[in-house]
Amino acid sequence: MATGGNLCAVEKRGRVHVITLTGTGEHRLSPALLSEIRSAVAAARRASTGGASALVLAAEGKFFSNGYDLAWARAGPAPAPGDRVSAMRAALRGLVTDLLALPVPTVAAVTGQAAGAGCALALAHDAVVMRASRGFLYMSEVDAGIKIASFVGELVRQKVPDAVARRDLVMKGDKMTAAEAVRRGIVDAAVDGGVEDVVAAAVAMAEELAGRGWDGENLAGIRKATWPGLWSKVNDCGGLSPARPRL
Amino acid sequence: MCTLQQRGSVFVLTLTGDGEHRLGHALISSLRSAVASAAEAAAKAGPGAALVTVGEGRFFSNGLDIGWAGTSRARLSELVAALRPLAADLLALPMPTVAAVTGHASAGGCLLALCHDYCVMRGDRGVLYMSEVDIGLPLPPYFMAVLRAKITAANALRDVALRGKKVRAAEGKEMGIVDAVYPSADETAAEAFKLAEQLAARKWDGGVYASIRMSMYPEACRSVGIVEESDEEKRKHFASKL
Repeated sequence: MATGGNLCAVEKRGRVHVITLTGTGEHRLSPALLSEIRSAVAAARRASTGGASALVLAAEGKFFSNGYDLAWARAGPAPAPGDRVSAMRAALRGLVTDLLALPVPTVAAVTGQAAGAGCALALAHDAVVMRASRGFLYMSEVDAGIKIASFVGELVRQKVPDAVARRDLVMKGDKMTAAEAVRRGIVDAAVDGGVEDVVAAAVAMAEELAGRGWDGENLAGIRKATWPGLWSKVNDCGGLSPARPRL
Repeated sequence: MCTLQQRGSVFVLTLTGDGEHRLGHALISSLRSAVASAAEAAAKAGPGAALVTVGEGRFFSNGLDIGWAGTSRARLSELVAALRPLAADLLALPMPTVAAVTGHASAGGCLLALCHDYCVMRGDRGVLYMSEVDIGLPLPPYFMAVLRAKITAANALRDVALRGKKVRAAEGKEMGIVDAVYPSADETAAEAFKLAEQLAARKWDGGVYASIRMSMYPEACRSVGIVEESDEEKRKHFASKL
């Protein structure tokens, strides 16, 4: 049963919460869309206390997400573009924080092009599966003439540790196919077929991860410790102290 | 000591002469001037520029001028300190950079090559060699920071820094240090130039390119004394581009 807002749909498949960015548009990351995604993630978090589960973020159409909503940022006059940019960055940062702290495993189903902030959002998941036949991973910022916020830089550094892959993705703006991204260790799998095949593969992976029966808070703690540079960058509010004493 | 030529959108920085291109005060100073000129010229010309650094003769650079330093620790420290701002200039340069390793690149010379975004190298002779462990000299912190930024495979880093491995081009490619290997010095220089032209043709905004580079190597940049731009400044820039 699909529920959610206008911009994304939420459903449960077995133990997996699937959030789908709906419609055939570019799924530009406006504050409105980011807010809906965050609500859906929060709902998955609340539901996870009932037993092991996992999360998949997917999208309909040709795009996973083509990045920030620049058209929205240009619209005005109030709030001004500068404030609109702040709002989008803060919302993406909040979502990345939520995903890092989530007590369930996360899988991005990159069903189409993932560019700029959309690429960063995919990389913020524990695993990434990507459509083989269409779509690129593309850090478009260098071509678009946009500087990269430090938390996004840190995200890429943590998730793409190979210096050459990182340089090619970010400093050269290479458009990487799924096969290329798998070869370079940036995504976990390339999936043949259409959107539904990619989502099915992501759900299967997520189901397997949920099946490990991991303690959620412990998982979240380990994840934050696995990407400490990123956690400290996004978590400027000091974060919640762990429920258990540290070993 | 060095020359700077502009050929279209590519600035070619040449370490001249048949010698070892030892990095002493004079050469470092000339290199810094040349790099600054390139940045200035590019700023006037608008987006789409690139730098190639190439060495004449058998050496790219054989490192700091330890002959001048002799047994003086103070002098050696001076040279280490003098090279640091050149490393910073390169890491902050508002255009993509290519090192054409046309000969041996040792110690400080190897570091100089690694401060470039891309490295192409001749395959027939010449090595990349961090010689410090062999000659009993420490690796200055900023040297290590650049090595760690550019050589991310653990055993490659170990081999280069801790084992003093003399890395030939083909192996350098496997280690992720060298991007392309060419049969001779001339071809290496020519292909480095072509790569630079391709990069320049992307017409990247120089300031943005430098900012993005610095966000990829924050520790190395801090280590050479570059002050990181704040997110607030980046946001203002973003808004101004809309």
